[in-house]
Amino acid sequence: MSLLADDVKKIAHLARVGINEEDGATYAKDLSGMLELMVQMGELNTDNITPMSHPLDPVQRLRPDEVTETNQRDKFQTLASQTEAGLYLVPKVLD
Amino acid sequence: MHNKTITELAQSLRDKDISSVELTQSYLDRIKQYTSLNSYITVTEKQALADAHAADKRLKSGDVTLLTGIPIAQKDIFCTDGIKTSCGSKMLDNFVAPYNATVIEKFNTAGAVMLGKLNMDEFAMGSSNETSFYGHVQNPWDNNAVAGGSSGGSAAAVAARLAVAATGTDTGGSIRQPASFCGITGLKPTYGRVSRYGMIAYASSLDQGGTMTRSAEDSAILLQAMAGFDEKDSTSANEFVPDYRENLNQPLKGLKIGLPKEFFSAELDANIAATILTAVDEYKKLGAEIKEISMPMLKYAIPTYYVIASAECSANLSRFDGVRYGHRCDNPEDLNDLYTRSRGEAFGAEVKRRILMGTYALSAGYYDAYYIKAQKTRRLIAEEFKKALSEVDVLMSPVTPSTAFGIGEKTSDPVQMYLADIYTIAINLAGLPAMSVPAGFVDKKPVGLQIIGHYFKEAQLLNVAHQYQQVTNWHQQTPKGFE
Repeated sequence: MSLLADDVKKIAHLARVGINEEDGATYAKDLSGMLELMVQMGELNTDNITPMSHPLDPVQRLRPDEVTETNQRDKFQTLASQTEAGLYLVPKVLD
Repeated sequence: MHNKTITELAQSLRDKDISSVELTQSYLDRIKQYTSLNSYITVTEKQALADAHAADKRLKSGDVTLLTGIPIAQKDIFCTDGIKTSCGSKMLDNFVAPYNATVIEKFNTAGAVMLGKLNMDEFAMGSSNETSFYGHVQNPWDNNAVAGGSSGGSAAAVAARLAVAATGTDTGGSIRQPASFCGITGLKPTYGRVSRYGMIAYASSLDQGGTMTRSAEDSAILLQAMAGFDEKDSTSANEFVPDYRENLNQPLKGLKIGLPKEFFSAELDANIAATILTAVDEYKKLGAEIKEISMPMLKYAIPTYYVIASAECSANLSRFDGVRYGHRCDNPEDLNDLYTRSRGEAFGAEVKRRILMGTYALSAGYYDAYYIKAQKTRRLIAEEFKKALSEVDVLMSPVTPSTAFGIGEKTSDPVQMYLADIYTIAINLAGLPAMSVPAGFVDKKPVGLQIIGHYFKEAQLLNVAHQYQQVTNWHQQTPKGFE
């Protein structure tokens, strides 16, 4: 399984990661190398094996639905590049 | 003074032979003297001296722990309130964390002094510290060799005596591999043993914080402060925390050690293999029994890891959107341009590679073939470890197939870099605890012995490592020029 620069462009769009046009071929080569490694997993029969998402297979811990955090909006918003009146600013989404 | 153990320093502080301010100042001076190592991203001099003053007061009151007044340093992946937390990335170069990670809170409670934040591979993705936005870290044993990664700054700082001890994190070997390359003692605890709250996430089902110290005894002291259940981390393990120093002196007579033959494969440097077998012979002298075992699933660990870690990384790093914190591009045309350009400008090549890989593995049509398949092979790998550890007490192996490689040697071929993690990565997939312990030198560069234990048996691992350090002095060697 190998990828082309065009495939990388599509994936980069899905991930919202800007890739320079001239780097597309290098990423395609690197990702193809990674995929080549991953083909090895196909040698294993994994029928009837439950996928493992956590090494200790625990049950998700629940807690009462209560407020535990204090509101620190102003402190958190000092980290953002652009805010106004307690809101985060982004380019216009709707005309 | 810089070669003393935490226990010795704690005694000196209590006996008033030295104050925490004096001790801290001497470390700050050393950090300035050895800036060429590039092990620190941020030195928190003022904060450190304030912490040291507070520790000296506390020492007078008698309400102390072994870490009160001891200057340590934190990997720059742990959020520190009011202090820059970069995670080695341009993305967070301007990020001052608004809260403390649980690990940081715990060290504060113990009265430890924080000297600063340590260099690391960008978002902990790398095996050589060469992906850091702040540049690579030099290996104190060889200026031209990498310090390892991703906790390369931690390993180099501890080896060069620029901190008494340090924290690290380990997703695929990021504590053990740099510990091995720099000749220090590294411990990756069981997944869930140490809280991940405030530890910037890379691959959440694999990430685990741990210790980077000069000895197993120091490691026990640090782990004691770090371990324990945290309700702020939904994957934190609610398991009893034993006294990690209590069993350090337990004799090893009758200890069953498993040697998996697949960990001594063709790519392993013959001199490293010989060094590891010499260490195993020491254990025989201490009364241990050796059993050769086979773990054929090992070879599937690298592909399995790079699917799972990349998938989780692509999800975790989606939070860096240029809106709430982190780098934001200038004059975005629209929202899509804001996301794409902010992320494109601020992530380095290795992080982009893994985000792209993970996005691909999770995309429609490929999810079952890659992600679900990898989760299934992960279970097979974990089951194999459980079976092995039902027959023996611990497993031993090399940490890496070679000693610290040259700076720039593997950067052009990422797959070659990944393959060098063969002996560490499987342990994260299984979620087991493991250590790297200095076991000798090959071509004047340190070699680490890996000891793998059963879930939550960190006390046993520390005991096994400590007993070896009672009969060898590899862990006491100091790199030339840093004495």
